[in-house]
This record gives sequence, structure tokens and C-alpha cells, in this order.
Amino acid sequence: MIEGIPIQHFLIVSTIMFFIGIAGFIMRRNLITILMAIELILNSVNINFVIFNRYLYPDQLQGHFFAIFVVGIAAAEASVAIALIINIYRKLKNIDVENVNELRY
Amino acid sequence: MYNYTILIPLIPLVIFLVTGLLGMKWKPIISGLLGTTGLGISWVLSVMTAITYFFGSHHEGAFETIIPFEKLWLTFSETLQIKMGVLLDPISVMMLVVVTTISFMVHIYSLGYMHGEKGFQRFYAFLSLFTFSMLGLVIATNIFQMYIFWELVGVSSFLLIGFYYQKPSAVAASKKAFIVTRFADFGFLIGILILSFITKTFDFAKLTNPDGAVFANAAGMSFMGISVMTWAMVLVFMGGAGKSAMFPLHIWLPDAMEGPTPVSALIHAATMVVAGVYLVARLFVVYHFQAPDALEIIAYVGGFTSLFAAVIAITQHDIKRVLAFSTLSQLGYMMLSLGVSGYGGEEGLGYMASMFHLFTHAMFKALLFLAAGSIIHAVHSNYMYEMGGLRKYLPITHITFLIACLTIAGVPPLSGFFSKDEILVAAFNHNKILFGVEFLVAGLTAFYMFRLYFNIFWGKDRHYHHTPHESPLTMTIPLMFLAFASIFSGFLPFHSMVTSDKMHFDTHLHLAVAVPSVLIGLIGIAFAWLLYKKESKVPEKLAKQFGILYTATYNKFYIDEIYLFVTKKIIFNYISRPVAWFDRHIVDAFMVGIGTVTEKISYRIKGMQSGQLQHYAFMFVAGVLILALVLVYYI
Repeated sequence: MIEGIPIQHFLIVSTIMFFIGIAGFIMRRNLITILMAIELILNSVNINFVIFNRYLYPDQLQGHFFAIFVVGIAAAEASVAIALIINIYRKLKNIDVENVNELRY
Repeated sequence: MYNYTILIPLIPLVIFLVTGLLGMKWKPIISGLLGTTGLGISWVLSVMTAITYFFGSHHEGAFETIIPFEKLWLTFSETLQIKMGVLLDPISVMMLVVVTTISFMVHIYSLGYMHGEKGFQRFYAFLSLFTFSMLGLVIATNIFQMYIFWELVGVSSFLLIGFYYQKPSAVAASKKAFIVTRFADFGFLIGILILSFITKTFDFAKLTNPDGAVFANAAGMSFMGISVMTWAMVLVFMGGAGKSAMFPLHIWLPDAMEGPTPVSALIHAATMVVAGVYLVARLFVVYHFQAPDALEIIAYVGGFTSLFAAVIAITQHDIKRVLAFSTLSQLGYMMLSLGVSGYGGEEGLGYMASMFHLFTHAMFKALLFLAAGSIIHAVHSNYMYEMGGLRKYLPITHITFLIACLTIAGVPPLSGFFSKDEILVAAFNHNKILFGVEFLVAGLTAFYMFRLYFNIFWGKDRHYHHTPHESPLTMTIPLMFLAFASIFSGFLPFHSMVTSDKMHFDTHLHLAVAVPSVLIGLIGIAFAWLLYKKESKVPEKLAKQFGILYTATYNKFYIDEIYLFVTKKIIFNYISRPVAWFDRHIVDAFMVGIGTVTEKISYRIKGMQSGQLQHYAFMFVAGVLILALVLVYYI
């Protein structure tokens, strides 16, 4: 229990972060920015993990560990995504997501 | 003691596999020699078996049924097991001798007859396959094994009739033979199913036990007012009638003459077509004790077929077709003889006579066909009006053919006289009408055989492509051997070898039957002599006299046309067409409809797959939100 701060505050912060991430994902054109939006989404989820762990089961650590895993996976994902983006740049000379539309009907 | 008998069918099987797989890599003659040698070994083994079985140990009582080899082949359940084995009893031993003898002779003969033909190796491979199947059929220990080999002989017959597969008529004939016999085998299969359902066994040893213990279940069971056993046995006979070409399933046999002549001799005269007779003889005990009505039907079908075929044979011009109808007629004799037979001792005369006639008929009919092949080989025609005066050119064929004609006409002391006499006596004792029919047929037989003989060998020379010359030794040796067998096989003591209860009984010549039957045969010969010895207009005038009757007979009483009418006009139009319509417009349309609807919808919505990542993401999020709202507010 963190003194004086109720759980709702944390949840509101994480929800706001999540939807900022979603909005960024859907609206931005730049692939790097989209990647950043994904990081926002992941981190909002991380906040939820940690907070629920802290408030509901203070004597256990699963939530914390899960958050650490998510951070690790996010790092790996970022490296792969950036490698992809570099290749897309080499091919198309820009990294606008609207130009990456080869895979369709 | 009889362990080697399993080799008799296995040798042809191995030869079939070897020549079938490797034959094309060899010179053709090697296949022929290999097949002939193998069959020779089988023949020697069969004759050895017969000698040890019939004469080796002197039997005071009945001949025993020996099963020297039996193996479980398929196990469906505890009670339903199918075995493969070798069964030796008088009729199967006799059939072993018949099949291997004729097959061996045909193998030798074909070395000359098929020389230089395209597909020589294939021919020998199929001959071996046929011999294997036929031997497997005769030594079957149970009815299911018999059925398997029954179908195998059907297949090999199909393959050999269609040997000249570039000739449309041969293809049509092979299809016809296969379809007609297959249709009959359908009845046979149902018969087997009923029989095994009642008795819970396939084994001949149990089925043909005269005490009939296995049929206890059948008592009182009936279907449509006829006892179940009669149904079963009539259905089994249907299979036999198909293979033995009994009326009305006879239509395939004359057409089967499209095959090479040695095949006609082996399959469609001596061995496969007697399978039906053999089947009835094999199950004779069942017929006699459980289904006497079925036996009655067999007698009448046989009698009718023999008369019907003999009448048609008189008018045919193709020599092989005359012989085919003659075969039908003689098969009718055998069936009739079984039909009028009783069980045990003198009563079983018909049974013995039938088997006796089967044996002698195999010899002389194979001889007739092989001689006909020799004639065709010399003049390159099947039609008797293109032949004449051949006795000068083909001395050996002439003499052997004459012997065969005399034999089939029942002139004593040739073998046909003895066997036919026994059949007539059996018919006389049982049923006077059938006796009358057979008596008449004996005269007709003599007449049409000698019509053939005089037309071919006497009269004036025709215009031949080249001077006809006698066939090579490979072809004449089998002729001489079979002529020898036709003359002397009548002296075999069948009454102490092949009888209904496997016991010896005494037969004697019934002069009251024998003398008239010989006389009518001689009258038939005399008529043929008068009409056909010299060229004359009399036969044509007679044909005109009979007018429509002659035309009907010449066209085989339009049975083929009736079949075609029934199948093409009635079954195709009124059954197949509606069924095809239903299939096309209901079943197919439903399936096609599913495909069409799916295609149309996907064509409409394919634009949604835009390739834009953010579209997908938007759809996904929107979907999740909607689902979340639904779950929260409505559930």
C-alpha cells in the first residue's frame, strides 16, 4: 500500500497511457513513432501488473516478474522491429506505413 | 502324403508373376517355354495326385475328403474366418486333372498358334494367371475361397477375351463377358451370405455333410412363401449359371469367341465355363437335401439351354460360334444331369454322369476348338462358307476333328457315347419330358457338328489366299493327344471314382436308351451328309422354307437385342435418366451452390484486405471495444 494514493489514480494513468498508445498506433504514419506507441501500450500494461500486484497481493511477486518479462520482450521486439524498419527504408527510401501495403488481395 | 498339391496352383502363380513382370525383357519364346514347362510340372503333379488318390490305396468304403493344407487368411471375428487351403475329394482331383491337362495342351498349342503375335509374353502371363485361378477354384476348401478364385477366373477371362485390345469387337466382348458374369456373381455373393448366415460356416466339409446339422437354423425360415434355403441355393446357382452361361445369362459366351482360339478352347469350352457345373456338384448335397426345388430349377434351366443352344448352333456360319453354342448345349446337359440326380448309389447316376460328361466334354471340346484354331490358322477366316475341301490340305486336323465330331455325336465306343448315355439314362429315370428334350438335342448335336465337318473338309475348294498347309507340330501334337483322350476316356471307371456319395456303384449299358440315342445321332449325321456333303441348293431352300423361324434362329432368337432393349430403352431411359437428373440438378447443384455463394461474398468483401496495417489495427480495436461493451452491458 502506497500511503495516500488510492489504486484508481494509477489505473487512470495507465488507461490514459494505453489509449494514447492506441491512438498513436492507429494515427501516426511514421513507423518509428508507431513503435514508440507500442512501447506506451506495453508500459501501461506493466503499470497495471505492478499496481495490482502491490495492492491485491502485497506479499507476492508474480506481477513484478511479469512486468520485467514484458520489458525484456519489448526490448527484443524493438530490436527486431527496428531491423525491419531499416530494411523497409532501404527498399522504399522512407518509413511511411502507408507505403507498406504489398500484402493484400 | 499330398503335401505337394499346394504346388499345383502355386507354380502357375509364380510363372504369372515372373513373366508378367520380366517378360518384356526376354525373347518372347522364353516366356512361352517357361509357362509350358511350369504347367507341365503342374500337370505331372496333378496326374500323380489323381493316381495316388484313385488307385494308390485300394478303397473298400467311400473316398475320404483330404485337406492336406489349410491356412487362416483373414479373421473378421471369432466365428467369421476365411481360410485358404487345398481340398482333395473325387471331383476336385478330377478337375485338377482336367484343368492342368487342357491348360498344358493349350500352352503347347499356343507356342505355334500365337507365334509372332504382338503380346506373346502377355498372353502367356495371362494364361498362367487363369490356370492359377482355376486351380485355386477347384481345390477351394470353403465357399469364400471359391468365390475369390471365381472372380479371379472372371478377370483372367476378361483379360484374355480382350487380348486383341485394338479390335473394338474384342473390347466390347470382353466387357460384355465381365459385366454379365459379374451381374450373376452378385446373386452368388448374396447366396453365400445367406448360406453362411444360416450355417455360420464357409467350410465345404461342414456344408456338404449329408446329416445337414448346420442347417438346423433354417428350418421353417421362409421368405415370400419360399424357404430360405431354396432362395440361397437358387442365388448360388445364379452365379453358376452366369459362369456356365445358362439361359438367359448365356449371351456373353458366343461373343467371347473374339478372344484367341486357344483361349476359347481353354476357358470358354473346357474349364472356366464348367465352373458353374462344378459349383453345383460341389454343393450337390446341400441342393439335394436342403433345396430340392432349386435342383428342379437347375434341371429345367439346363434342359432348356441345351435345346435352345443346339437349335441356334444349326444356323450359325462362324465356326467358333457354332462350337460356342455347342458348348452351351453340352453345359446344359451337365446341369440337367445334376438336376435330375439323386443321392447315393444308383440314384446318384446323374451326378456321376454329369462329372463324367464334364471330363469327356473338356477333352473333345478342347480338341474341337484347337482343331478349329488350326483351320483358322490355315485359311485365315472364321466363316465356313469360305472353307471347303480342306481334308486334302490338313490331314491331321481333319482326322482329329472327325474324331471329336464322332465323339460329341455319341458314336460308340468313343467317350462321348458313354457319358451322354449315362446322362440320358439319368434323365429317363427321373423326368420323361427332359429325357425327350435331351434325346432330340442328341440328334441336333450330331447334325450341326457334321454340318460343320462337311462344310469345312468336304465340298469344293474355295479361293484361298495361299494354299492351306498343315499346322506345325506344336499345334498338331496337342490335337493328337486330345483325340487320344477323346477316344479312350470313356473307359475310365467313373462309377467307382466320382459318385455322389463317394462310394462305388455298378453301372451297365441300358440298351433301351443307348440304341435309340445312337440311332438318332446317326440320323443326324446322315442328314448332314445328305445336305452338306456335296454343294447343293437344298440347305438354302430349307432355310427359305422355314422363313421367319430361320431368321429368328440365325439371330439367336434376338436375346441380345432384348437385353439391349431392356437396358438401353427401359433402364437407361426410365431409371438412369431420372437418377442422373436428380444427381445433376439436386445433389450437384447444392454443392455447386455453396461454392458459388462463397465466391460471390468473398468477391464483394475482398477490398477489406487493403494491406494497410492501420486499417487492421483500427478494426481490431473497434472490434474489441464493441465486444467489451456488449459483454459489460448485455451479459
